[in-house]
Amino acid sequence: MAEPSTIPGYLLRNAADPNFSDQPAMREKSFGIWETYDWQSYVENVRSFSLGLADLGFAADDKLAVIGNNRPRLYWAQLSAMCLGGQSVPVYQDAIASELSYVLAHSEASVIVVEDQEQVDKVLSIRDELPNLKWLIYDYSRGLASYDVDILKSYEEVQTLGRAFAEGNPNYLENEIAKISADSFALIAYTSGTTGQPKGVILSHENLIETARIFIAAEDVRKTDDFLSYLPMAWVGDALYGLCVSIMVGASCNCPEEPETIQRDLRELGPTGIVAAPRVWEGILSSLQVRAEDSTPLKKLAFNYFRGVADAVEQTKLEGKPLPLFLKIKQQIGEFMVYGPVRDQLGLRRARWCYTGGAPLGPDTFRFFRGFGINLKQVYGMTESTGLVSLQTSETANPDTVGEPCQGIDVSIAKERSEVLIRSKGIFKGYYKQDDKTREAIDAEGWFHTGDAGMIDERGHLVIVDRAKDVGKLSDGTVFAPQFIELKLKYSPYINEAVAFGDGQAFVSTMIAIDLEAVGKWAEKGRLPYTNYMDLAQKSEVRALIAEEIRQINLGLPEVQRIKRFLLLTKDLDADDNEVTRTRKLRRAYIMEKYAPVLNAFYGGGTAVELKLDVTFEDGSRSQIDSHLVIEEAA
Amino acid sequence: MSAQSEESARTKLKIDQVSKNFGGVKAVTQVSLDVPEGTIFSIIGPNGAGKTTLLNMVSGFYHPDEGSILLDSQDVTRRKPNERARLGIARTFQNIALFQGLSVLENLMLGRHVHMTSGVLASFLYWGPAQREEVVHRRRVEEIIDFLKLADLRQQPAGELAYGLRKRVELGRALAVDPTLLLLDEPMAGMNQEEKEEMVRYVLDVNEEFGTTIVLIEHDMGVVMDISDYVAVLDQGEKIAEGVPDAVRADPTVIEAYLGADHE
Repeated sequence: MAEPSTIPGYLLRNAADPNFSDQPAMREKSFGIWETYDWQSYVENVRSFSLGLADLGFAADDKLAVIGNNRPRLYWAQLSAMCLGGQSVPVYQDAIASELSYVLAHSEASVIVVEDQEQVDKVLSIRDELPNLKWLIYDYSRGLASYDVDILKSYEEVQTLGRAFAEGNPNYLENEIAKISADSFALIAYTSGTTGQPKGVILSHENLIETARIFIAAEDVRKTDDFLSYLPMAWVGDALYGLCVSIMVGASCNCPEEPETIQRDLRELGPTGIVAAPRVWEGILSSLQVRAEDSTPLKKLAFNYFRGVADAVEQTKLEGKPLPLFLKIKQQIGEFMVYGPVRDQLGLRRARWCYTGGAPLGPDTFRFFRGFGINLKQVYGMTESTGLVSLQTSETANPDTVGEPCQGIDVSIAKERSEVLIRSKGIFKGYYKQDDKTREAIDAEGWFHTGDAGMIDERGHLVIVDRAKDVGKLSDGTVFAPQFIELKLKYSPYINEAVAFGDGQAFVSTMIAIDLEAVGKWAEKGRLPYTNYMDLAQKSEVRALIAEEIRQINLGLPEVQRIKRFLLLTKDLDADDNEVTRTRKLRRAYIMEKYAPVLNAFYGGGTAVELKLDVTFEDGSRSQIDSHLVIEEAA
Repeated sequence: MSAQSEESARTKLKIDQVSKNFGGVKAVTQVSLDVPEGTIFSIIGPNGAGKTTLLNMVSGFYHPDEGSILLDSQDVTRRKPNERARLGIARTFQNIALFQGLSVLENLMLGRHVHMTSGVLASFLYWGPAQREEVVHRRRVEEIIDFLKLADLRQQPAGELAYGLRKRVELGRALAVDPTLLLLDEPMAGMNQEEKEEMVRYVLDVNEEFGTTIVLIEHDMGVVMDISDYVAVLDQGEKIAEGVPDAVRADPTVIEAYLGADHE
C-alpha cells in the first residue's frame, strides 16, 4: 500500500491496518482514570463528528477554530475539519477576548469548538465581531445547562447528527477525504508575534507530513511510544509532534487531566517522548529545587552534593575531556542514590528523548537535566517552517547550539545581520490574507527569512544568537545579546522573568520578575510576612536575596557584560498585558516603550522609579497600579 | 434562584415552632421556617442569635425541646443524624471537620459511607459486590472532584491544604452524601475575597446543577443578599424577619438588630 499523502489518509490506514489497530491511539485521564481509545474508536469519533459538521453545513475550505487544553475531542475536531477539506485554526486557550476576536475574525472561522463554559462565555462576549460564526460547540457541559443560545451545540449533539447523517450518506467521509490532496491546506497556525498582530501561517498536508517524516527519520520514534500532549494546541509543535507524528507512526498521544495535575500525570504515564516548552522544564526544575529545600537535611545534602557532581560531569563532557575515574565512581553512586529516584519521581524514567523548543532554554537548566540522566535536547523551528529546522542528536546535545539542520532542510546564513534562512518542504504556503507579508518573508528563490541571527559553527551546528533585531552593542562596542543574560538570570529559582537592557549604554541593567512560589517559600521560611506578589517584590529582604543571586551570576559573566543595576517588578510579565507572547517570548519593543521611565532611571542615575502600570485581568478588564520601584546596585 | 419564579414550590424543609434551651439560656425560641425546594435560604443574625443551634437541630445533632422538623413533609424531629443523612441532609461545619491525615479522595469516599451496604468482611476481601460497589462510589466521588476542581489535590492529605481549599473539600464531602438539602455553616468565614468569590461560585453551581436546596448561615451580608432567594433573620433566639433579600434589607427591625436603634 502506498503511503498516504494526507493526514486523514493516514487515519484511515491506521484504522484498517491490523498492524496498528491493536495499538492505543490516544489516552485521556478523566475521572481519575486513564481511558484508552484505539485507532478504530479514534477514527469512529472523527467520523461521527465530521459528518455532524457536514450536516451543519461545514464544507471544503471552511475554517474551524479550537480553543482549550489538550483534549481528545479538540484533536478530533481539528482532524474532522481536515477530513472535509477545511482548515483547523487552533487558538491559545488563555488568550483574552480582544486577542481572540482578532484571530477568530481574521480567520473567518465558521465553527468554533471549545473546551468549557469559560471559553463559551469568552466567545459569546465577542459574538458581534464574528460575522462568519455559525456554530459554537462545547466539549464539557458543566454550567451550560441553562444557556439558551441559538448557535450553541454540545459535542455529543454534533456526533449524534453525524451518525444520523451517515445513514443517508454512506461513504460520504471517504469521498470527501479522496478529494483532498497533499497540497490542500490543513492548518492555519497563528504566530504569537513579538511585534504587531498575529499572522496566520497556512500549512498544507504536505508541509506537515514531510516535516513529520524528517523528524521520524532523525529521531528514534516507535509505534509503541507514548507521547505526552502538553504543548499548547495553538503552537504548531503540537500539531506536528502531538498529532502528525503520532498518527504517522501509530504511537499514542496522551492528554493530561488538568494543567495543574501535570506532574502526577507524568509520573503515572511515564511517557517515552516529550516535546515541551522551556517554561515547562523551568517549572519542573523550580519545583524540584523547592522540594529539595523542604526535605530532610540528609536528603538535601545528598541532592546538593550529587547535583554538584552532575554539573562537574557535564562540564567535563562539554570540554570534550575524558571523565576522571573518581568522578565516574561518584556519578555511579549519584545515579543510584539521586538521579534515578529523581527521574522516577518526575515520571521521566522511560523517556528516551525529551525536547525543548519554541524559545531558548537557559544553559544551566539544560545542563541540570542532562546531568541527571534526562536526555533533554533542543529542537529549533518556527511556525513558518512547520516547527522544525534542526535537532540535536543524543550525543551532541549541548546548550550552546540548536544542533545540525535536519536532512532535507537547507539552512544558510544571510550576509546581512547574519539572518538564518531556510528552504524545505516544510516552509509554509503563505500568511493568510497577507500576501505582502508573505512576499517579505519568502524570497524569489524560496528562502524563508527567519528574523533570527545565527551562525554555523565548525562542526556544522546551527547557533542562534538572538532575534536579529535585538542584538545590540554596548557603548564601548562589545556585542550585547540580551537573551544570553536573561537566560542566565532565569536559572535562579527565585527569578521568573528578566529583561536586560544595554544597547548603546555603558553597562547592563535588568528588570526582574520574581518567582512567587520560590520566593514565597523562602519568605515563609524566614518568617517574613507578605500578602501578595506586589508586597513581596517590594521587601528589601527580597531585594537583598536577588542581589546575592545576581552577584553569583555576575561571576560567570565577562567583566563588561556584568549587571550593574537592577530592580524588581511589582508584577510578573504577562501575555495578557502584551509584555510577552503566549509562548512567553519577550515583546521587547513594547517593553522598552512601556518601561521607558525605568530605562531612564537606570542610565540617568535615579535611585527609584514611580511607575503607573496598566494591568489586564484574565477577563480582559483593565486597571492601573502605581508602583514605587527601588533600584539596587549589583555587586 | 431558579425556583423562585416557579409557582407553589414544594416545601423542602419545614421548621415548626422549634425551641431549644441550654439550662437557663434560651438559644432558640419558637422559630418557624419554610424552606422551598431548590432555593438558597440564608439565616443571618448577630453572634449568639441561635443560627448554628437551629442548624444543629436540622442535622439532628441536637433535639428540639419543643416543636417539630419536617423534611419532605416527613417528621424527622426524633431521627438520629445518620438516619437524616440517609434521607438526604448533609452539612459542613463552621470549624472544618475533616480527617486531617486522610487524603482528599479518602475524605470524600467517607462521605459516601451512608450509601455503602457491604459488610466489613466483604469490603476487606474487596471481592464481588463489594468491589462493584466501591467502583460505583468512586465514580461519584470523581464527579465531585471534577465539579469542585480538586483533581490536582486528590492524593494530598487534607491537613496539608490551605484553609480555603479545606473548606472546599468539606463541601465536597457533604456533596458526596448526594444531599437534597445542604446545610452550610459559615462556608466563607475567614476567607479572603478571592476565596469567597470562588466558594460563592461553587455554592451557586451546586444549587443550579444538582437542584440541591441550600440553607446557608453566613456573616458576609454582601454575599447573602447577592445569592439568596430568601433570608431569615434571628436575634436572641427569635426570628425577627423573613423574606426576599431586598425586603429584609429594608426591614427596620433588622436594621435595629444589626446597627442599633435609630434614635431621632
